[in-house]
Amino acid sequence: MSNIAVADAAAPPTAAKPFLTRLGAGFINRLVIIVPYLWLLFFFLIPFVIVFKISLSQTAIAMPPYTPVLDFSDGVSGFFAGFRDLNFDNYVWLTQDALYFKAYITSLIIAAISTVLTLLVGYPIAYGMARAPATIRPTLLMLVILPFWTSFLIRVYAWIGILKPEGLLNQLLLSLHIINQPLVILNTYTAIFIGIVYSYLPFMVLPLYSSLEKMDYSLIEAAKDLGCPPTAAFWKITFPLSLPGVIAGCLLVFIPAVGEFVIPDLLGGSQTLMIGKTLWNEFFANRDWPVSSAVAVILLLLLTVPIMLFQQAQARAQEQGK
Amino acid sequence: MKSLGSIRRDFAPWNDPNAKPYIQFDNVTKKFGDFTAVNNLSLTIFEREFFALLGASGCGKSTLLRMLAGFEEPTAGRILLDGQDLRGIPPYRRPVNMMFQSYALFPHMTVENNIAFGLKQEGMPKPDIEKRVAEMLKLVKLEQFAKRKPHQLSGGQRQRVALARSVAKRPKVLLLDEPLGALDKKLREETQFELMDLQQELGLTFVVVTHDQEEAMTMADRIAIMDKGEVMQVATPAEVYEAPASRFVAHFVGNVNMFEGKVAERSANTTRITGPSGAQIVVENGGAAAAANADIVFAIRPEKIKVSSKKPADAVNALEGEVYDVAYLGDMTVYHIRLDDGQIVRASALNAARVTEDPLTWNDRAWVSFRPDAGVVLAR
Repeated sequence: MSNIAVADAAAPPTAAKPFLTRLGAGFINRLVIIVPYLWLLFFFLIPFVIVFKISLSQTAIAMPPYTPVLDFSDGVSGFFAGFRDLNFDNYVWLTQDALYFKAYITSLIIAAISTVLTLLVGYPIAYGMARAPATIRPTLLMLVILPFWTSFLIRVYAWIGILKPEGLLNQLLLSLHIINQPLVILNTYTAIFIGIVYSYLPFMVLPLYSSLEKMDYSLIEAAKDLGCPPTAAFWKITFPLSLPGVIAGCLLVFIPAVGEFVIPDLLGGSQTLMIGKTLWNEFFANRDWPVSSAVAVILLLLLTVPIMLFQQAQARAQEQGK
Repeated sequence: MKSLGSIRRDFAPWNDPNAKPYIQFDNVTKKFGDFTAVNNLSLTIFEREFFALLGASGCGKSTLLRMLAGFEEPTAGRILLDGQDLRGIPPYRRPVNMMFQSYALFPHMTVENNIAFGLKQEGMPKPDIEKRVAEMLKLVKLEQFAKRKPHQLSGGQRQRVALARSVAKRPKVLLLDEPLGALDKKLREETQFELMDLQQELGLTFVVVTHDQEEAMTMADRIAIMDKGEVMQVATPAEVYEAPASRFVAHFVGNVNMFEGKVAERSANTTRITGPSGAQIVVENGGAAAAANADIVFAIRPEKIKVSSKKPADAVNALEGEVYDVAYLGDMTVYHIRLDDGQIVRASALNAARVTEDPLTWNDRAWVSFRPDAGVVLAR
């Protein structure tokens, strides 16, 4: 194998060359792919296995607060003996208390509604940006990203100041005589929706913008030329072509919104029941690591399995298209 | 002057004073900010005509087409189609269709859905749509590609889908923006003839924008040559080539030699011109430009100049010089002759025989000669 050129490109030009040439370029190429896999291994798979292991254990008054299962403290035989004692009590427990089921369902519904709202707000913004003169697009892009420069927590706190009964919004509406009584927004689901839409808007706008921006405007002209009024042209051409951006944006908003803790905690008050808050309570208030781990595992499955199925279906559809 | 009319078919409504124009640009001006893309332009196009707008990029030809399609509104003036003022009519209500330079095929639709798109918009019944789409696919010979998506087609196939889509609605006028620009040379030449056949078959009015003079010459009944938002000449391809109205047109279309000079003497048919070095030529086709003492140019095409090693005995106009360059192109040979006054003359000779009887090579003394009626006199 003499893919020297490739090895050269990847290696510093001097002393390392003979060594890398000996290894072969194929290895170098594989090395490049290994990096993201290692990342996933260390920061996703191993933590997940640890969490999963904890979810199979029992609580205990100890440090950490659970009885370890499947570890090597009793040697290899102890590890295998551990399999016999395995139980899924924590998962059974989740089905027995309606609280968890409700929290999951509420979270999914809130996340779904917020995602739709974010899409409704984000699409016109992204569309406007993509159609803006090319010279001001970088500025607009910057403005979308700008809020990230401030702490997320501070921005959510700021919304308390805006939404509370004597807050900025109510003062404004009262002084304009639009309302006579202060609106109760803080500590309701409405506040959660506002918080999520606000916080996750950039995650919706950016993928939408990138898919809208690369769209050839002559397609719209062609549609009009063929007798399609502007609104119909939008639904028949622009929207279908922006679907990859819509899907990416919705996933980027929906997934974190399901497990969102800060926004419901700060803006939703104590009455709201969302799985992120439940998880936090189990972990810190009840110190029940095994149950909260089980909650987390189920949440992960709830999110990844449908997305995997969806992506598989899409890949298959694309395959058929060819 | 003998006939310089359309040699392709017996079709010349522009010579008929009673013919009704189909498309009419009346003093149309289009400005983009400070930039004037189209400047007070008037133009008439007739029904079933194959009309070409020819010009360099930025000359306003595409703007003219886009105004006809309705994507741009004229800043001043009006555009009439079949007697109807088009002002304020949006593109989706105009009985014209456009074939885009980029083809603008909908990437998420199959070939047949692309073609059916316009028909669905006008609410044609489904069986009729299917019939029309099948007809269009047959017309452009893409029957077996009906279910493909645009990205699965070659450039030539995409071009034909775009064409089929734009004629599917049977528009009154088909606008083509550089229709063959993205094709390679061979395919382009074939497609030129296909487009001409299609136009004849469907009996549509075609307005094509192109920067390729060969394309315009091949296909069009008449060509409008544009420069800086104005029309320089509207004429048949033969007229544009043989009787250019100005130096610009003569230069723009094909190659040309220009002999500058002063009118020395005029008779009924001929004009004697004295060049700056004192060399004299006698020409016909003087026209109005050739007033006494006027500064004029005599424009003559390279193939109308004869090159020989000896002075031709019967030649009225013969100038002596030296062979500066020779290019053998197979079908013809192009000579660059440097005349004794320094001017370089381009002459081309068809290689009708395999062996030339009068071989000329670099630095040979040579004579260029031409007939008095071989060129035109233009104002300087």
